[in-house]
Amino acid sequence: MTKNNRTLMQGLIIGILFGFFLQKGGVTKYDVIVGQLRLIDFTVIKIILTAIVVSMLGISYFYPKDMVPVKTKAGSIKNATIGGLLFGVGFGLLGYCPGTIAGAIGNGYIDAVTGGLIGIVLGTMIYAMMYGKLKEKGVLTQDKYSEYSLFHHIKGSPFKVTIPFGALIMAVLLFMEIGGL
Amino acid sequence: MDFLMLERWSPYVVGILIGLLNVGSLLVSKKPLGASTSFMKLGGIIYRSFDKEKVQNNEYYQKNELKLDWGMMLVLGIIIGAFVSAMLSGDFSLTAVPEMWASEVSGSFMLRFASAVVGGIFLGVGARWAGGCTSGHGISGTSFLSVISWVAGIAFFIGGIAVAFLIYGM
Repeated sequence: MTKNNRTLMQGLIIGILFGFFLQKGGVTKYDVIVGQLRLIDFTVIKIILTAIVVSMLGISYFYPKDMVPVKTKAGSIKNATIGGLLFGVGFGLLGYCPGTIAGAIGNGYIDAVTGGLIGIVLGTMIYAMMYGKLKEKGVLTQDKYSEYSLFHHIKGSPFKVTIPFGALIMAVLLFMEIGGL
Repeated sequence: MDFLMLERWSPYVVGILIGLLNVGSLLVSKKPLGASTSFMKLGGIIYRSFDKEKVQNNEYYQKNELKLDWGMMLVLGIIIGAFVSAMLSGDFSLTAVPEMWASEVSGSFMLRFASAVVGGIFLGVGARWAGGCTSGHGISGTSFLSVISWVAGIAFFIGGIAVAFLIYGM
């Protein structure tokens, strides 16, 4: 297999596992995702926060050994907020996000494979058309958090930051369970 | 292997598996999980088949190589994985209008279709503007301890919660 084909195959296999897990978690379903946004079903946030803790600890172990990259995105707090809120509006209206919509398609949701998919693809095209203007008008600035990751700045083992932070997230999850969420 | 036939797993089990998957992806492919870029590339490829010149001259598309890549295969894989999981548990069903929307908003497919298109447009613009989605920022970026990703992730939910309450009431 050529290097390119191997990369494609890795993407496919990781994607299959991702889709399998998302479906088993129930988050390929509109009712579960919108249930989270209505604050009546906390499945989505439980999955995300647990995934963050595990992933963060794994990165803490492998990053100092140079076995995983730490790749962060360029941008700014301002644009993460504007883009994030626009995304949120779409998230609430559509009831899926770009990853879970693929899962929803596999789960048989016709609204996802028709309207949702058309909408997302159109949305990215509209952004591509706007990009030149946004850049010209100086909207797409970068601030000091552009490509920033705390991992690049921790002296010594990252665990001294990620273990307390992970514990804090787990405490939040525990309180949610105790509170019956 | 009965657990593969179960309809639902605990969200904590799923969270742990997705976390491990993200680490595995970083180890093997040197790439974090993320989905929204692939929709942009798909859009660029479709657009290019209608108007090659316009896409070639577009500054945003120029920044990205528009061809089948790891990320697009990942999204394709998600569709397959979710399908296999749903088939194994008997949870697969063709649904035109999700139950919650049908019972509390409207049973009309056209209305649901229109809301999905409009929602999708916001999602597409927002994801590109913010530089990622619930996977790319919400899981990968946050676990890289990126401040921008935490801000974006929180904004996703603030916007989403606001719209869900507008649609469904308190």
